[in-house]
Amino acid sequence: MGQNGGRTHPQSSGLEGRHHAVAKPVVPLDKVIIRFAGDSGDGMQLTGDRFTHETASFGNDLSTLPDFPAEIRAPAGTLPGVSAFQLHFADHAIQTPGDAADVLVAMNPAALRSNLQHVRRGGTLIVNRDEFTKRALEKVGYQADPLVDGSLDSYQVSAVNLTALTVEALKGFAVTKKEAERAKNMFALGLLSWLYDRGTEGTKAFLTAKFGRKPEILAANLAAFDAGWAYGETTEDFAVQYEIAPAPLPEGTYRNITGNTALSYGLIAASQLADLPLFLGSYPITPASDILHELSRHKEFGVRTLQLEDEIAGIGAALGAAYGGSLAVTTTSGPGIALKSETIGLAVATELPLVVVDVQRGGPSTGLPTKTEQADLLQAMYGRNGESPVPIVAPQSPSDCFDAAIEACRIALTYRTPVFLLSDGYLANGSEPWRVPDVAELPDLHVDFATEPNHVDGAGNDVFWPFKRDPETLARPWAIPGTPGLEHRIGGIEKADGSGAISYDPDNHDFMVRTRQAKVDGIARSIPALEVDDPGDGARVLVLGWGSTHGPIGAACHIIRSEGGAVARAHLRHLNPFPANTGEVLRRYDRVLIPEMNLGQLWMLIRAKYLVDAVGYHQVRGLPFKATELADQIRELL
Amino acid sequence: MTIDLTAAPALSLVPKAEAAQSAKDFKSDQEVRWCPGCGDYAILAAVQSFLPELGVRRENIVFVSGIGCSSRFPYYLNTYGMHSIHGRAPAIATGLSTSRPDLSVWVITGDGDALSIGGNHFLHALRRNVNIKILLFNNRIYGLTKGQYSPTSEAGKITKSTPMGSIDYPFNPISVALGAEASFVARTIDSDRKHLTEVLRAAAAHEGSALVEIYQNCNIFNDGAWEPLKDAGIREDNLIRLEHGKPIRFGRDGQKGVARRDDGMLVVVDDVAECGGDCLWVHDAHAVEPSTAFALSRLADFTTLEHTAIGVFRDVHRPVYDQLLAGQLEAARASGTGDLATLLRGRDTWTIGAPAAP
Repeated sequence: MGQNGGRTHPQSSGLEGRHHAVAKPVVPLDKVIIRFAGDSGDGMQLTGDRFTHETASFGNDLSTLPDFPAEIRAPAGTLPGVSAFQLHFADHAIQTPGDAADVLVAMNPAALRSNLQHVRRGGTLIVNRDEFTKRALEKVGYQADPLVDGSLDSYQVSAVNLTALTVEALKGFAVTKKEAERAKNMFALGLLSWLYDRGTEGTKAFLTAKFGRKPEILAANLAAFDAGWAYGETTEDFAVQYEIAPAPLPEGTYRNITGNTALSYGLIAASQLADLPLFLGSYPITPASDILHELSRHKEFGVRTLQLEDEIAGIGAALGAAYGGSLAVTTTSGPGIALKSETIGLAVATELPLVVVDVQRGGPSTGLPTKTEQADLLQAMYGRNGESPVPIVAPQSPSDCFDAAIEACRIALTYRTPVFLLSDGYLANGSEPWRVPDVAELPDLHVDFATEPNHVDGAGNDVFWPFKRDPETLARPWAIPGTPGLEHRIGGIEKADGSGAISYDPDNHDFMVRTRQAKVDGIARSIPALEVDDPGDGARVLVLGWGSTHGPIGAACHIIRSEGGAVARAHLRHLNPFPANTGEVLRRYDRVLIPEMNLGQLWMLIRAKYLVDAVGYHQVRGLPFKATELADQIRELL
Repeated sequence: MTIDLTAAPALSLVPKAEAAQSAKDFKSDQEVRWCPGCGDYAILAAVQSFLPELGVRRENIVFVSGIGCSSRFPYYLNTYGMHSIHGRAPAIATGLSTSRPDLSVWVITGDGDALSIGGNHFLHALRRNVNIKILLFNNRIYGLTKGQYSPTSEAGKITKSTPMGSIDYPFNPISVALGAEASFVARTIDSDRKHLTEVLRAAAAHEGSALVEIYQNCNIFNDGAWEPLKDAGIREDNLIRLEHGKPIRFGRDGQKGVARRDDGMLVVVDDVAECGGDCLWVHDAHAVEPSTAFALSRLADFTTLEHTAIGVFRDVHRPVYDQLLAGQLEAARASGTGDLATLLRGRDTWTIGAPAAP
């Protein structure tokens, strides 16, 4: 049910006592999708972020999708320069940032032109009329003014003089005209905050913290925000106010969190749970840099973050720290993985714990730096020389990045292996409410370093064998420098089973290759079975996904089920190895659909491993799937 | 002047050895597999003999190498060690050193490993002044891949990959290191055990990154590359031995020297007597400004090796990366270590249902 689904009713007593000058009707809605769009310099990400915080505090469930260009500031008023932020919030649990926006806030003609495609017919357009000049229109290819030529007749258009109203409201403030104009995003935020009855205290506190050292700018922004609110309250442009009740989420303490922040916190938590210092060796790259930024702020946890000279040095330093006994991590995106591949191979050979975070973006090459994609799965799986198995873990939502990071660390530490953590741009920058976990309920990741010789040599001497394995996990001992009596040498040349001496023996190499593979395969014994969600228990079609498609697939299944259709779904967190029951689950269904934001990478792995005639559905548009599109695909198989 | 390493600040955080050690303690059980006659044997023997001087526990010493003949070095030392991948040893050592201040970390590399495939890491490790000691074995050839030219090979060199002669202009490793803001830069020769040991001692005593270039002979693919600096009959005419605080004199009878012209350029004086010795430049390894050290690195003729300076070019104090990082961690924890529950909650939470446990 969208914005049109609500019932109009007179304002209830619940809002009395607020500072409403005019009583306007309040329309209850179950969900709304708002898209803020403007020039890169218009502050749309900030505006969206503030609206999100107030919405989260109010208790709605929500999901966000920042959609911004790779260029920091493309020329003003042009299509490439448009930056957008989509927010979906509801009185019930939701899983995606939404397919089509109910409301578009367009700060200029470029924003309208490039974002109208994302608005549902009948939706509301709030546009900054001041920017709809002949020149600005021509710049983006409008032959006529869309606000008057009838081309927007199927939308509800509110053309507001956002710039002029802001400048007018700031008359008498000690700011220049340019500074006043720049506050128009706060006017827009105030207007939207009134329209959806959001709180104002958080935003005011945020502005105070941000501009505390510039009192004139602070005063102007606060005044613009208030003026926007008052405008909504008083003008006839906006006849009703909307109300979206809090969502009935499970009991607990909640906060809003992005994927990159959750992933950073997961790494810090894992370091605390393992009682090992966290070490990050990294090199800045979109969309992974925020993990470096976040971790660099938490030295109070003993976190060492090194920004190295390149991607290779980033992982090299991490591997050195791993040898020294740190919980070592490197963070990057696909192009960085390409550069790190040789060192990942060294980590496979030396069997040291190392978490490799790949926040995937569109590829190949530089590709689409700020857009999302899932096309690094096969790179993670196979992108190294030789037989070089690496476990792979993928988070499924922004907040799940926390748990997935802990799981990646668990595998790395337990099995002494590099582990891929495959996030993506959508998870990294998207946000959602997160029920803050109780620290006492997090898993114990404690590791025992080797401290004693573990073998008796032919002469009866106690010696240390760096490649003598744990019989259950096949992990080798982790003997860190500084441990007396365990001095040993490791490296990329094949090592003799047990002793770890250089070995070119054919049988030994065959054995070691198979043993490294068996070690990774054996991780399946430590991971949960693949769970199937099939409320009616009679579905003949299974949708199998991995990573950030979790939300859209869930929303699509919801659509099918609400139509009376039966569809089962399962989502893989572990992509190498797969859960032990994966084949059995797949064979239970007549049809298996695997939607991915690539050209069929999991699809290929599943078909190759299980000989199941799965069907793929693929998009690589740099954007998450739309639930309605996925529902169409499912319907075809029913 | 022999430096007493047991009191060196550079090793102050590394646990001291309880008993006296000998070269034998540092020999591993692995059979050494360099070609007979390789210069690496002499360097290995010198290092094994020198390591007891550090006076630190053997288990707190780590050798990290890249790829190449020289990079097999760690296997032959009974310390901790990692034989890594081509060119990346300085990066790996950076992570180890910065996370473990209680270790003495050494990098073994070659001219191809450090200056070609690993050039970037070499530069930045020196720039950062990480507390690692880099021993660069320079034999002006690729040995492990069987005889291609290296980034220090002289122009025109005929090798397997340059049948008509190399058209690459060579690097001068000392000049490169100085250009990379290195705080310690020295050069020595594999066959001069005494000089090699002295330079290792100075490098070990240095706080921060140290580059020691070791001229090493590859008797298979580039035999005699450094012969003008080794042949007892002619070497003194070619070698300029740098000693801090002393006028730079060289030549069989000390008749030659290095002087500074009025325009600031360093020049070789063929007969010191002409200026009565007063014109000679007094070597100052501690000079903050690296220009003179750079000029000394440029005196050599890279083909004839005439006027090749050896010894410590530069040894200055600069904040050490490891210590700066440790300092930031300490400052961040001055008012208490982090609390995970507080971090996860953040500053902007809301509660649904019964109040959550604190």
